[in-house]
Amino acid sequence: MVTPAPATPLETRLRELAGAVPDPELPMVTLAELGVLRALRVMAPGRVEVELTPTYTGCPALESMAADVERVLHDQGIPDVTVRTVLSPPWTTDAISAEGRRKLAESGIAPPGPRGAGGPVAVDLAVRCPHCGSTDTKLLSRFSSTACKALRRCEACREPFDHFKEL
Amino acid sequence: MTAALALGDDALVLSHRLGEWAGHAPVLEEEVALANIALDLLGQARVLLSLVGDEDELAYLREERAFRNCQLVEQPNGDFAHTIARQLYFSTYQELLYDRLARGDSPFAPLAAKAVKEVAYHRDHAEHWTLRLGDGTPESHKRMRRGLEALWGYTGELFEPIEGCEVDWAALGEEWLARVTSALHRATLTVPEGPRRGAWAAGAGRQGLHTEPFGRMLAEMQHLHRSHPGASW
Repeated sequence: MVTPAPATPLETRLRELAGAVPDPELPMVTLAELGVLRALRVMAPGRVEVELTPTYTGCPALESMAADVERVLHDQGIPDVTVRTVLSPPWTTDAISAEGRRKLAESGIAPPGPRGAGGPVAVDLAVRCPHCGSTDTKLLSRFSSTACKALRRCEACREPFDHFKEL
Repeated sequence: MTAALALGDDALVLSHRLGEWAGHAPVLEEEVALANIALDLLGQARVLLSLVGDEDELAYLREERAFRNCQLVEQPNGDFAHTIARQLYFSTYQELLYDRLARGDSPFAPLAAKAVKEVAYHRDHAEHWTLRLGDGTPESHKRMRRGLEALWGYTGELFEPIEGCEVDWAALGEEWLARVTSALHRATLTVPEGPRRGAWAAGAGRQGLHTEPFGRMLAEMQHLHRSHPGASW
């Protein structure tokens, strides 16, 4: 892997703006907090290349993320924006920032725990209810409103909630 | 790019089959689960087919004989147990295969490294349902066994070497059998008997020979694109 050149002040500023774009399906977190904005490079005056990585390979939100990033950069006077999708290294839930986790929990989505060796195994570890804080929660379905979440129910407060699965 | 086509078609065709459950699954949670698994597979298919050419042209404009998917994934859904049996056989295979490809340096190593983590959830889903149905009521046990037996003849093809995939196919097959056997035993089921390929056609999907239901599936899958080329939302 080539060591990237240090970011210029313009790149830093544009990256902050692109990173502040909200996730279309989880609008409480930004692309930067989710860890899907991999790189932003100014290739030439007025020409910027952005790298996004999908949470899941089939994530339908990716196209809308790319369109939002393009719009934000166009608004900054960058006419030529290319958004590329990169798969390697694969995104993991460990890429979600502490602030991102806090916002997920605040919105009723249990954030992912640390990753186990084999993804699904970690699901059996205690997941805390984002509503009442109890760890007495039960898995209802491995797949919920989006591929990245599982559906659980809290046995203490009886509320169902989404859990961002470890990946 | 024989391999990208074979792997991409497996993912595309199974994705479409699982999508057929939308509106028909026994419970809402499974409706959502099967659609999510289908979406993961569709994402894989898009990446793999894009390595070969235009993804839309490949998906919507090829004739049946040009598809390189194994025959297992094109089999109709049947009842829920039948679909779970297909999921168990296929996701166990796909997880083992992607895990090996992820460690290699083929053009699809990045995709395999990403997708293997998703497929682990598919396999986990299939195993849990296999346990629940096999070790459930006499009716669910019977249906699960029926599904496993009906699809057994299509499992041999999974381990036919694919040109361009540098993996030890015999070892892959052995590990697959050990894993499936373990899941079935836990579910109070037994490994089906009988040949793992039919004398007539099973084993030929990779050569473009498909079973009768596949043509009907393709007709439905390709109809919109062929009738309205270039249509978009």
